[in-house]
Amino acid sequence: MTHLPYIAASYVLALGVPLFFAIGTAFRLRYAKRRLAVIDPRGTR
Amino acid sequence: MDTRQTVAPLRPVKLFHRFANPGQFLRLSGKVLPWLYGAGVLLTAVGVIWGLFFAPDDWQQGDTVKIMYVHVPFAWLASAGYVSLAICSVLSLVWRHPLADLAAVELGPVGAAFTAVCLATGSLWGKPTWGAWWVWDARLTSVFVLFLLYLGHIALVRAFDDPTRGYRAGAILALVGVINLPIIKFSVDWWNTLHQPASIGLTGAPTIAASLLWPLLFTTLGFTLLFAAITIARTRAGVMERRIRMLLMAKTSEASQS
Repeated sequence: MTHLPYIAASYVLALGVPLFFAIGTAFRLRYAKRRLAVIDPRGTR
Repeated sequence: MDTRQTVAPLRPVKLFHRFANPGQFLRLSGKVLPWLYGAGVLLTAVGVIWGLFFAPDDWQQGDTVKIMYVHVPFAWLASAGYVSLAICSVLSLVWRHPLADLAAVELGPVGAAFTAVCLATGSLWGKPTWGAWWVWDARLTSVFVLFLLYLGHIALVRAFDDPTRGYRAGAILALVGVINLPIIKFSVDWWNTLHQPASIGLTGAPTIAASLLWPLLFTTLGFTLLFAAITIARTRAGVMERRIRMLLMAKTSEASQS
């Protein structure tokens, strides 16, 4: 591969951005579920 | 007396309202999300491994064709994400549906990030192939305008103290911006651009060899499922956060009255 740095950078971005969003959203969901459980236990059902 | 109840057939709009109910959405999305994530990761992994290690190099582009396996799906999702944003905007403006507002708010950052990746991977392909990171070509410029539209939407929906006004303003901006989508699509036909014309279309046979096309189809489908999964998961979080805000407001008003 003669253009390895360009290809590697493209794949890092393309795989990293969805991964970043997926992890960020998982944390957001977990935090929201915990808060709902504290404020209103019905919210966790 | 006949005690049987006649059940009216569900019209599409009624069906939509039934499933767009936040409670129903939480239940349904909770079941669908693991499958969406799982299928998305699997298809993307197959497409990436196939494209990187088993697909041949292009006779003209050489090994830089491997960038296409990620650039093309992100280019498709930049536009498809904006179409979804426009659909949410119509649902919001016509039916004033709160779920459509929340989905639009959550779609904006994902769409903007995917468009940024499309532009960045295009640049990373352009430098070794064209000899330039960027050219003010009609296709590149119109996609850059799409990125600015996403940023405008993100800023506008958060710019008002009253969220409802933000949602309305964002919906109008999103609908006005739809005019940019046919410009992106047909820019390579209308103007003499450096960017190549479409290789895959609905009407004709693809102009890519099957050995290059298959991994591209896998990554396109995989990233599309991941985009959908991320957006649905963010909307779930948005629904829960709104419920938390409403409960806290109700508790505060109860405390101030007593």
